[in-house]
Amino acid sequence: MVELTLPRNSEIKKGKIWPKPVGAKKFKVFKIYRFDPESGRNPTWDTYTIDTTQCGPMVLDALIYIKNEIDPTLSFRRSCREGVCGSCSMNIGGRNTIACTKGHDEFQGAITISPLPHMPVVKDLVADLTNFYAQHRYVQPYLKTTTPEPQKEWKQSEGDRKKLDGLYECIMCASCSTACPSYWWNGDKFLGPAALLQAYRWIIDSRDEATGERLDDLEDPFKLYRCHTIMNCAQVCPKGLNPAKAIAEIKKLMVERVT
Amino acid sequence: MSDSIRTPLGKVRGLGSAKKGVEHFIAQRASAIALLCLTPWILISLIGAIKGGYEGAVAWIGAPINAGLILVTIGAGVHHMRIGLQVVIEDYIAKTGSKLSLLILNTFISVLVFVAAAVAVLKLAIA
Repeated sequence: MVELTLPRNSEIKKGKIWPKPVGAKKFKVFKIYRFDPESGRNPTWDTYTIDTTQCGPMVLDALIYIKNEIDPTLSFRRSCREGVCGSCSMNIGGRNTIACTKGHDEFQGAITISPLPHMPVVKDLVADLTNFYAQHRYVQPYLKTTTPEPQKEWKQSEGDRKKLDGLYECIMCASCSTACPSYWWNGDKFLGPAALLQAYRWIIDSRDEATGERLDDLEDPFKLYRCHTIMNCAQVCPKGLNPAKAIAEIKKLMVERVT
Repeated sequence: MSDSIRTPLGKVRGLGSAKKGVEHFIAQRASAIALLCLTPWILISLIGAIKGGYEGAVAWIGAPINAGLILVTIGAGVHHMRIGLQVVIEDYIAKTGSKLSLLILNTFISVLVFVAAAVAVLKLAIA
């Protein structure tokens, strides 16, 4: 929903500046968003300076170093640390991405890190993705068939399999949806780029037998047509996917079935 | 945040899919294509017609094909404006009451603009 006035407690104040490590030759400054909704206090930018020779090359390595060595109260999600699980998605240097595949040497000066934009914050860098996952569930991201299951497997031609390239790689990190202004304004009704890319992945799957039902479920001024091809989704996707193109393909199929 | 205790999936499903939207999508693009062709024509022709003074302009509008194309341009323009504004209102106005009021107002103003422009063109064309 559009919010022209910011909610109370949203102004980010200056936070704690942690001391610079003594004797460090190579260091990097991280300005990290800190917020605990239960504290009743405003969020802050806490500043950490770390010796980059003491941690790995990625932003996630730096965050883990900060949590282990400087400030154990810092909260963030992480799991696979190799760009597969999508857990460590956050806004780094003003752009949504995943921390585990973003090198901290890619940035000049201080690196700002905040949670995914326009989502409720559980704590620090942990955004509440409940609605995002429910939207994924809405598109029923699994094979739907009526034909009795074959004894071995559902067959697919090489050409049809190729159609899934650029779609199946999505790791559901939410970088795209939370970078989309339409999702910011109408995230309660617009399914968002990630869910729609997943929807198209199943619509275009030659083995699926529920294409029409899937299109029926999407044909709605808000669920699908809030996409105004702003393209932020394609800009930020850490896997290099193009959700806007997938959405355009869904719209083309909608036209195809009425003409 | 809402204090509703509905499940997240229940909230996302909401009132279900409206099963419409594609007509709006097609109309927006069709009217844009029409305007892309008609707007340069009307501007270039009008500049030429004005050179002949008031009588020249009236004579140009009076030609049935010109009057027809002007009406089509106005119709496409107003329709494009109405459905474009509809999207803007739906995007930015969250309260149902305000949204519905503005959508109705948008339609009324669009109809008024079209009727006024059409009457003006027909008056000149028929006179």
